[in-house]
Amino acid sequence: MRFKHLAPALLLGAALVTALGAAPAAAQQDMAKFKQSQPTEPPSLPKIAWSFDGPFGTFDRASAQRGFLIYQQVCSACHSMNQLYYRNLSGIGLSEEQIKAIAASVQVPGGVNDQGQPIERPGLPSDHFKAPFPNEEAARAANNGALPPDQSVLELAREGGPDYLYAILTGYRDPPAGLKMQPGMSYNLYFPGFQIAMPQPLQDDSVQYTDGVKPTLDQEAKDVVTFLTWAANPEMEERKQTGVRVVLFLVFLTGVTYATKRRIWSDLHH
Amino acid sequence: MVGLYKSEFKNPVVNWIDKRLPVFTLMQKEYAAFPTPKNFNYFWNFGALAMVNLMIMIATGVFLAMNYTPNVAMAFNSVEHIMRDVNWGWLIRYAHMNGASMFFIVVYIHTFRGLYYGSYKTPRELLWMLGVVILLLMMATAFMGYVLPWGQMSYWGATVITNLFSAIPLVGPSIVTWLWGGFSVDNATLNRFFSLHYLLPFVIVGVVFFHVIALHIAGSNNPLGIDVKSPQDTIPFHPYYTIKDSVGICVYLLVFAALVFFSPNFFASPDNYIPANPLQTPAEIVPEWYFLPFYAILRSVPNKLGGVMMMFGSIMVLFVLPWLDTSPVRSARFRPIYRQVFWLLVIAVLALGAVGAHRPQGIWVVIGRVATLYYFLHFLVILPILGKLERPLPLPESISRPVTRGGGPIPGGAPAKPMEKP
Repeated sequence: MRFKHLAPALLLGAALVTALGAAPAAAQQDMAKFKQSQPTEPPSLPKIAWSFDGPFGTFDRASAQRGFLIYQQVCSACHSMNQLYYRNLSGIGLSEEQIKAIAASVQVPGGVNDQGQPIERPGLPSDHFKAPFPNEEAARAANNGALPPDQSVLELAREGGPDYLYAILTGYRDPPAGLKMQPGMSYNLYFPGFQIAMPQPLQDDSVQYTDGVKPTLDQEAKDVVTFLTWAANPEMEERKQTGVRVVLFLVFLTGVTYATKRRIWSDLHH
Repeated sequence: MVGLYKSEFKNPVVNWIDKRLPVFTLMQKEYAAFPTPKNFNYFWNFGALAMVNLMIMIATGVFLAMNYTPNVAMAFNSVEHIMRDVNWGWLIRYAHMNGASMFFIVVYIHTFRGLYYGSYKTPRELLWMLGVVILLLMMATAFMGYVLPWGQMSYWGATVITNLFSAIPLVGPSIVTWLWGGFSVDNATLNRFFSLHYLLPFVIVGVVFFHVIALHIAGSNNPLGIDVKSPQDTIPFHPYYTIKDSVGICVYLLVFAALVFFSPNFFASPDNYIPANPLQTPAEIVPEWYFLPFYAILRSVPNKLGGVMMMFGSIMVLFVLPWLDTSPVRSARFRPIYRQVFWLLVIAVLALGAVGAHRPQGIWVVIGRVATLYYFLHFLVILPILGKLERPLPLPESISRPVTRGGGPIPGGAPAKPMEKP
């Protein structure tokens, strides 16, 4: 069940930040000052009206495609999406030609040549998304010790889902006076413990959209969250559409069954 | 007695089989003509619903097992493979995952039905105890199934629960090592849990079979809790209860479908979509909702061994319930005080569920201890005493003639119409 774990997680995060401080006593003092001036809990998440909300929701294809663009140009520098194949991109409305071109833009391991030496070849639609780092150690080494999480099911793996992801992407602020920031950390209003290892990834005009939509931070965040929600739930449209039909059928069946029951029982005199 | 069975079926093929293996006669006697009290309310649907649910779990589980890989390096990815690449895999997995929650909803209602109407009392003690065995087996099966996707909550839930056995004096740590098949929850653990998760449902089928045999020997209880006195009190199971159960199955499927298709992760922990990481403990390790009351009892006791014993004791006490409740009157309708303490028990269990979902601090510790205390008081103290002190309302003469013996006023709802709720 999706319980609110934010408060305890925050406490733990705060404790961790404190414990890791170079001068624990000083850090504790800072923390005490910070706690006086700041709320100890992130504010409640903004509720965004998503295209995929509700039993009839679908993914806004244009938004998801813009989101994929952001993934390609921004997120994929650090975040893998290991569960996805390039062929899956047909799910956000990309054509076969577009998918082939996207896949071919990366080099992937292609087995060995006839001398037994490993070779590389251009990617195919049947290849997994290429990860930015060969392994966890390389990812941590390049990111100040932090591991950028795989984004395949990130939307499902965070309390609050799409609203949480949107809140993080738009939640970067200047740290409040008196808060001692750890080296390389950024202040984020919605992150448990307020200090996040990921520098602010999106600003206004971080990317160039080709469809005339203005790339504001708000728009970019919505687009990439739409893409990530699709990536985590590629079955969602089929699921909801099937669900509507199943529920309608079951309502009908329930009515017929109940009427039959009334009729069968009507000959009993109680 | 040796020799062919004297079948009464006219169809020559059916007759030929039935003479040699009287399964048609069995079905005819036990599911068609079977005399059933005519006053069931809709709470009597939940046994049939549990049976349907068990079949759904086995059917979806068999297909999941065809595509799942029980290996720590591949389990998480194989579940995502089922969700993304297997035809209708998302439906099979979401049905199995939510089917577990539906199963516990159904079985908990079924159990509380039995508690309210005294279905555990003589001559149905063994029927009830077999039901408790099924509940225990379901819990073991659900726990091991939750480990299989190998997410963070799978791994850490398995670690916490298996570690409970280390509380046993002397042999505890050895038992834990034996359960794990190593010195931590690892590949050996995942493999054996997969094997047992596939095995136990069929053990459940076996115990359900005995549960049904015992039911058909003693006959069903009913909302009045009085014995069947004459054929007038009963109706054949088919078509009356086959159709009434069908109505319940339709409504059950509606709820199930709403979950699977529109909110498949309603009961799921987001942490279980993060692959298992033995080096990183989640901020909160919370079991699935259906274990929360037991988890709350465990944490309400400040001593580990004591907590473990109380947790298992909360189920064990159900085994001896038929002898703890000293009242000869079954249905709570005629037990004015029991009817109230029954709802106190429901409130205590719901409160324990809420306690299990929160950190054991502040007011939650107090609520947890009070509710735990009440749970055990209810069974161990209140029920034995209440049976001696309580003055039950006059019982109706029979199911079909709900007239009280003393000629007093008819108790509320006694002339039970089959369709009404209590």
